[in-house]
Amino acid sequence: MLYDVTINGKSYKLELTHVDGSWSCRLNGRDFEVDAVLARPDVLSLRIGNRAYEVKSERVANDLHLWVGSARFAVEVRDPRSLRGRSHAGDDHGPRKIIATMPGKVVRLLVREGDEIEAGAGIVVVEAMKMQNEIKSPKKGTVQKILAAEAATVNAGDVLAIVE
Amino acid sequence: MFKKILIANRGEIAVRVLRACHEMGIAAVVVYSDVDRAALHVRKSDEAYPIGAAAATESYLNIEKILDVAARSGADAIHPGYGFLSENAKFAQACAAAGVKFIGPTPAAMKAMGSKTRARQAMEKAGVPSVPGTSWGVESVEEAYEVATKIGYPVMLKAAAGGGGKGMRLVHESGQLKSALEAARSEAERSFGDSEVYLEKAIINPRHIEMQVLADEHGNTVYLGERECSLQRRHQKVLEEAPSPIVDPDMRRRMGEVAVRVAQAANYTNAGTVEFLVDAEKNFYFLEMNTRLQVEHPVTELITGLDLVHLQIRIAAGEKLPFRQEDVQLRGHAIECRIYAEDPDNNYFPSPGRITLLLAPSGPGIRRDSGMYEGWNVPIDYDPLLAKLIGYGEDRNQAIARLTRALSEYFVGGIKTNMSLFRRILRDADFRAAKLDTGFLDRMLTRPKETLHDSMSAEVAAIAAGIFAVLGSASGASSGTPDRSQAVDGSVSKWRSASRREVLR
Repeated sequence: MLYDVTINGKSYKLELTHVDGSWSCRLNGRDFEVDAVLARPDVLSLRIGNRAYEVKSERVANDLHLWVGSARFAVEVRDPRSLRGRSHAGDDHGPRKIIATMPGKVVRLLVREGDEIEAGAGIVVVEAMKMQNEIKSPKKGTVQKILAAEAATVNAGDVLAIVE
Repeated sequence: MFKKILIANRGEIAVRVLRACHEMGIAAVVVYSDVDRAALHVRKSDEAYPIGAAAATESYLNIEKILDVAARSGADAIHPGYGFLSENAKFAQACAAAGVKFIGPTPAAMKAMGSKTRARQAMEKAGVPSVPGTSWGVESVEEAYEVATKIGYPVMLKAAAGGGGKGMRLVHESGQLKSALEAARSEAERSFGDSEVYLEKAIINPRHIEMQVLADEHGNTVYLGERECSLQRRHQKVLEEAPSPIVDPDMRRRMGEVAVRVAQAANYTNAGTVEFLVDAEKNFYFLEMNTRLQVEHPVTELITGLDLVHLQIRIAAGEKLPFRQEDVQLRGHAIECRIYAEDPDNNYFPSPGRITLLLAPSGPGIRRDSGMYEGWNVPIDYDPLLAKLIGYGEDRNQAIARLTRALSEYFVGGIKTNMSLFRRILRDADFRAAKLDTGFLDRMLTRPKETLHDSMSAEVAAIAAGIFAVLGSASGASSGTPDRSQAVDGSVSKWRSASRREVLR
C-alpha cells in the first residue's frame, strides 16, 4: 500500500506491506523495521527496531489525531490510488465550512448571510459549561449561508455557517 | 448508623461518597438530571431517581425535589457533596424539618460562615487574625477612600457572599477605587444576588493554605493538617498538595489551633476547612471557612490515613471522634491534579463531548477519583471537573515522580483535557523548588511552551497512521487482532474472505 501521510502539516510518502502478520515499511525513501500489534481499538503497540511506542488514535468529527506518548499530531492519510482523496485543509479558495469544535448552545449570531467579513471575524458565539466561545472565520470572504440558529444545540463537527 | 444515604450531587464526588456508603454497608440513593441518566454515579448506585431538567435549578439545586426523593426512598441522611446545595443553610434547615439528617454542619454554623463579613466579625471576637480591612460592607465611595487610605494600597474589594473570584477587584491606587467598587458591586449582585462588598488590604501573590478540621457533635474538634492550594487560575484551584512545603510543625500547630478556634466560635460540627492567606513572612490571616467537604480532601486522607467521608457519616450518625488530636500523625506527601474537560490550546474553554478512549493509570501511590468512563458523553451543562488524579509518596519528590509517571499513562480521547498543563507544572523548576504563590500559574502560562517531542515522534506518527489505515481501526470501527481487521477502504481483508470461503464450502 502507498499512502500520502500529513503529520502536523508536513507530508510523508509511506509504503507499507503487510504479509502474514509481518510488515515492511519505507518512509520518505528510508526503510524501517516495524512490528505492530493492535492492543485494542485505537491503541497500537508499535516497535520500530527495538524501540517501543504506544500510539493512540483519536477521531473527532472529521479530524484525526495520533498521540505518541503525550505528543499529539494532526494526521491526514490519503491513498493516492483512491478517488476519495480529500482536499487540503489549508486551501483558502472556495467555500469554507465553519464547524463547531465542541458541543454547545448557540447563544448569538454575529453576522448575517451576505455580510462581507475579514479573516478572524467572529461568526457565532457558542456556550458550553457556562463559558462562551466566539467561533471565528478562517478566511476573508462573504457569509454564504448560516446554518446555526440562535438557542439551538449543536454537536462537535456540525456546520454552523459557510464562508465563500 | 444510617441504613440509606441520599447523595445530592453528581460527578466524581457523588461516586466518592457512594463508595464510602458501600464500604460502610449503607445503601446509596442517587438523583440525576435528564442529561445524567448514563452518568457513573447512576450506574454504581443502589437506587436512582430522575429529578428533572439539565439546568441545576431544575434538578441538583431543587430542594423540594431532592427531599421528595429522600421521603420516597426512605433515606435517613443526605450527603450534599461539594457545590450545589452543600453550603445552603436553607437546604440544611429543610432537611432537619423533614427529619432527614444533613451530613454537614448545622444551618446556624453555615449561616455564621456563609457571609464573609459576618464570619470576619465572629472571628475578630474570637481573636483570630484576619487581613486588615472592614468586617462590614462598604457603604459609600467616601468610606472606601477613607479605609483604603488608612490601611494603605493596594487593596482588594470582595463580595461578602462571594467565592470563585466573582465580585473581586484589585485596586492599586485611589484613582481606580470608585469604578472598581461599582464593578465589584454589580458583579456581586449578578452572581450572588447580594451587592455587599467589603475591603481589605491586598496581599500580593500570597500563598493560599487551608486547614482541615473535623468536629463531632459532642464538643470535640481536631485539625488534620494543612493543604497548599496556591496553584490557581482565575481564582480556581488547579493543583493542591499536603503538607504545605513551607509549613513546619510549629506553624502547623499554630494554624491548626486557630482553625479549631474558628470552628468552635461557630459551634461547628462535621468536616470543614479554614482558609488562610499566608504572606512572604509566613504571617497567616483568616480568609473564610468552607462548610463542606472540599474537592481536594483526598490529599489530606492520604497523609493522615483517615477516610474523611466515613468520618463525616459517623459524626452525622452521632458517634464521637474515634481519635484525639495527638493521635493525628502526618506521613508522606500527596499532590492532586484536577482533570478538567477544557482545552489548554483554546484559553481553557470547556470541552464537553463523547469520551472515545480512556486509558487509566494505576500502580504504587496513585489514587484516581473519577466520574467518567469510556463511551460516556460529558454533558455541556455542569462544572467541567472529570476526575482527580492524586499521587502519594514518602516525600514531595517521590509524589511528583509518581504523578508524572501516572500522567504519562493517563489518556482521555475524544475531548480535550487540561492534562498537558499538569505535565508542565510538574517539571517547572519553581514548582519543584516549591516556590509557590497564587500568581504562579499566571506567570508560568505567559512563558512560551517548550515543545518536548523530537522529529522522530512525527515519523512514528506517520508510520502508525499508515498501519492504522491498513488495519482499518483508526476510526474505531472495528476491533480485534490485526489479522482479522477490515482494510480502511471497506474492502474485506484477504484473511477474512479466505475464511468466508472456507465457511461457505
